[in-house]
Amino acid sequence: MVLSRPASESDLSVISTSGSLFVRDSLPKHKMQENSIPKEAAYQIIHDELLLDFKPKLNLASFVTTSMEPECDKLIMESINKNYVDMDEYPVTTELHNRCVNMIAHLFNAPLGDSEDAIGVGTVGSSEAIMLAGLAFKRKWQNKRKAEGKPYDRPNIVTGANVQVCWEKFARYFEVELKEVKVREGYYVMDPVKAVEMVDENTICVAAILGSTYNGEFEDVKLLNDLLLEKNKQTGWETPIHVDAASGGFIAPFIYPELEWDFRLPMVKSINVSGHKYGLVYAGIGWVIWRSKDDLPEDLVFHIKYLGADQSTFTLNFSKGSSQIIAQYYQLVRLGQEGYRHIMENCHENAMVLKAGLERTGRFNILSKDDGVPVVAFSLKENKGGHDEFEVSEMLRRFGWIVPAYPMPPDAQHVTVLRVVIRAEFSRTLAERLVHDVSIVLHELDKLPPKVSAKGKEGAPVTAAHEENGDIDGAGHKRKSTDLETQREITTYWKNYVIAQKTIKRQKVMAS
Amino acid sequence: MVLSKTSSESDVSVHSTFASRYVRTSLPRFKMPENSIPKEAAYQIINDELMLDGNPRLNLASFVTTWMEPECDKLIMSSINKNYVDMDEYPVTTELQNRCVNMIAHLFNAPLGESEAAVGVGTVGSSEAIMLAGLAFKRQWQNRRKAEGKPWDKPNIVTGANVQVCWEKFARYFEVELKEVKLREDYFVMDPVKAVEMVDENTICVAAILGSTLNGEFEDVKLLNDLLIEKNKETGWDTPIHVDAASGGFIAPFLHPELEWDFRLPLVKSINVSGHKYGLVYAGIGWVIWRSKEDLPEELIFHINYLGADQPTFTLNFSKGSSQVIAQYYQLIRLGFEGYRNIMENCRENMLVLKEGLEKTGRFNIVSKDDGVPLVAFSLKDNRRHDEFEVSDMLRRFGWIVPAYTMPPDAQTVTVLRVVIREDFSRTLAERLVCDIEKVLHDLDTLPAKISSNLAINGEEADKNVAVVIKKSALETQREITTVWRKFVLERKKMNGVC
Repeated sequence: MVLSRPASESDLSVISTSGSLFVRDSLPKHKMQENSIPKEAAYQIIHDELLLDFKPKLNLASFVTTSMEPECDKLIMESINKNYVDMDEYPVTTELHNRCVNMIAHLFNAPLGDSEDAIGVGTVGSSEAIMLAGLAFKRKWQNKRKAEGKPYDRPNIVTGANVQVCWEKFARYFEVELKEVKVREGYYVMDPVKAVEMVDENTICVAAILGSTYNGEFEDVKLLNDLLLEKNKQTGWETPIHVDAASGGFIAPFIYPELEWDFRLPMVKSINVSGHKYGLVYAGIGWVIWRSKDDLPEDLVFHIKYLGADQSTFTLNFSKGSSQIIAQYYQLVRLGQEGYRHIMENCHENAMVLKAGLERTGRFNILSKDDGVPVVAFSLKENKGGHDEFEVSEMLRRFGWIVPAYPMPPDAQHVTVLRVVIRAEFSRTLAERLVHDVSIVLHELDKLPPKVSAKGKEGAPVTAAHEENGDIDGAGHKRKSTDLETQREITTYWKNYVIAQKTIKRQKVMAS
Repeated sequence: MVLSKTSSESDVSVHSTFASRYVRTSLPRFKMPENSIPKEAAYQIINDELMLDGNPRLNLASFVTTWMEPECDKLIMSSINKNYVDMDEYPVTTELQNRCVNMIAHLFNAPLGESEAAVGVGTVGSSEAIMLAGLAFKRQWQNRRKAEGKPWDKPNIVTGANVQVCWEKFARYFEVELKEVKLREDYFVMDPVKAVEMVDENTICVAAILGSTLNGEFEDVKLLNDLLIEKNKETGWDTPIHVDAASGGFIAPFLHPELEWDFRLPLVKSINVSGHKYGLVYAGIGWVIWRSKEDLPEELIFHINYLGADQPTFTLNFSKGSSQVIAQYYQLIRLGFEGYRNIMENCRENMLVLKEGLEKTGRFNIVSKDDGVPLVAFSLKDNRRHDEFEVSDMLRRFGWIVPAYTMPPDAQTVTVLRVVIREDFSRTLAERLVCDIEKVLHDLDTLPAKISSNLAINGEEADKNVAVVIKKSALETQREITTVWRKFVLERKKMNGVC
């Protein structure tokens, strides 16, 4: 507790926050200031600045949960000061973690006895989960190659080009080569046939995604499994599979229970899932489950006596909060299988409503499938009038919606999509409202002049794939402009745009 | 939202939680239950089971913050549903992280211009921070060796044997050899002279700790820096230093501002600190700061177009909560220099009170120093009849969690108890703890010595054991132990005095 020192000004407790001098000073941005400020002022000032963040619930870009029940919020707040890693001091919290691991392992049909403990761990998210799984594969493969007396310095991993960035991180940070199966227009996930072709003796595993981030599609893990079994018979390499079920892991078991993608397939050795996506918990929790003890090399597990008791740990993070783990247990127990099923069915229904609404405008192609993660990915039918998905995305922000637009991965990067993720709290009302607002946006865009050229595309984030792009809109022409010319083009475009906007506004005001 | 379906029982909402059938069924442990249960029941049952966890405030084993002001709790709760990584959607939250990075960089005297943005990032804790820093060193060293045409497959890192486990994790997971400088019985931190001797051409960096976990001592980073500069002149290897200031980073600038340990020393290239230790934030936030852009290889930074905008990222974790970042900013501006200084001075004062109380019992050696992280590490002067582990166990009955552990090699004959003084450990609690420790010593004195066969297993302590070493069967040992404890419990019931 801070010792109270007499302030040099008049009694601070009397002055209202808005009347105090604290709201007149600019908050420090580079250096800590010398003096303390009252806690009420600190709270108010930070709270007010944070109002300028967008609303989490309208963030349709993210899969991550943004709403939980108040009872769960209470549990979260009560455990916010428990450091999860103190297993000896918080044995119940550790027990709840283990129960979650067991439940999720059973959900994935891990081959376990009735009271047998599953092998798995809670992580901060699927990134950490994937790194742990990848590490386990890498170490296993290295041990095998050492035993065979073969070189073990060039491990690689086979995935689709549609993988989430954490696989690329894993590859780069842990020095594993990433062999990507390119996607093509009309087929935006990893092709199992091509994947198995790319497997060689240095492949530590093949990673399949259950719920591609781009369009929510489930990859065909069963086909991959069967093809890989064949190849392994011929080569004797025993290449295993990892399933990145970050989104799909809490969807497939409830609405597609007959779909074989998990430990029912013998080559699948580990699975990760994000508790904070369709596990319905706030950001900060993921899970990785291994098939059995043999799939997790013992030399990666640490047994430590850090705080006075023996604890075994295989995570990248050490100290972290306990709240999300308790929240995950709450959800599993509170909802049960029927609760999760209801929620996933609702999400699916609302996705269909949104999709139907968008199709009815007649202006969009739907790139997501009906089955898979409840996501609607859509692109403009033809860019007549020279507008693209990025502009639609920008304009939707004015209504408060955050709908991202991005190009597909290579070799389909000429296709741009808008993507709406249907989370548990996205009701039908909101779906219908979104369709309505999209219609308005299309209407307004039609009135605007087309974008100038391929280079004049303001607001489009520059990525390597994007720059290789040819013209997206038919109206563009390829011409090398100097920087100054490009600047002028962009300025002129925006001037026209703003003028057009003002005209629309005036018309609106006059019309109402 | 879950569609309401008609339940087959009578209306569940009428029953009070403890009258309902939900408290009669055991909560599932292995498989998800088929049915849902009402949220009130779920809350109550989980809450009740969690009552059996230890009390975080009495956990004297941990450095991690266990109390924050209610205003901050409010900010935390209102941002619990913001996924930090959505930088485009939550620009203010991202801005607050950047401000924290700047402030902490300045605290560490990073060589920055007035409005220059520091190079650093918020992490989930010092473990992630250390892995990122280590990765940067490893990649820098590899690039340099490749440019020189020399082998780059055997990187190593030099640290003391007193390092926290995350360095060993880094070494094992990222395939770097860990070269540990062994401790001695009277010197529990890394000896800079020995460390510099161990540096070779494959060393990616030397890691010094500001605030050893074992006894809170600050390592002499300045001496290490000076010795390493000398060696680098001779060898031309340019070996850098990383300072693991997980605990000390928020103490030294306030209590010992003249101590040179940070970027004022030219060889220090990166520093990590735990926001959730003396940064005074709940568990889940750490910081790593690099001296300059050159010390963070660009190829490790990802620029991605994941959710529709360009986001540079160099962290191991991706999605995570925003609450702790906002809480860290709250603390930095709410407290300012004077606030942190007051708190650290209080911690130090209370540490001295506890230390003196323990010294007055005449039964303990104090192993920690006065300067450093405010903790008291102490061992029994005579641990032949009862050792520190028993003291630790018995303190639990009073509610205190005080860990006991042996020092790492080559000082493993020394066992210590360690009490960490956190912000919320007041003088009253310090005095109460001394009182309870005296009670424990009194209790232990009335008990017979530990069973000798147990000690015979532990080779190091066998020679300290005065009692006869007899090999007993497991059953006999069990019986002896049960008898001792039965006697003990009976005696305890007689002694419930107030101190």
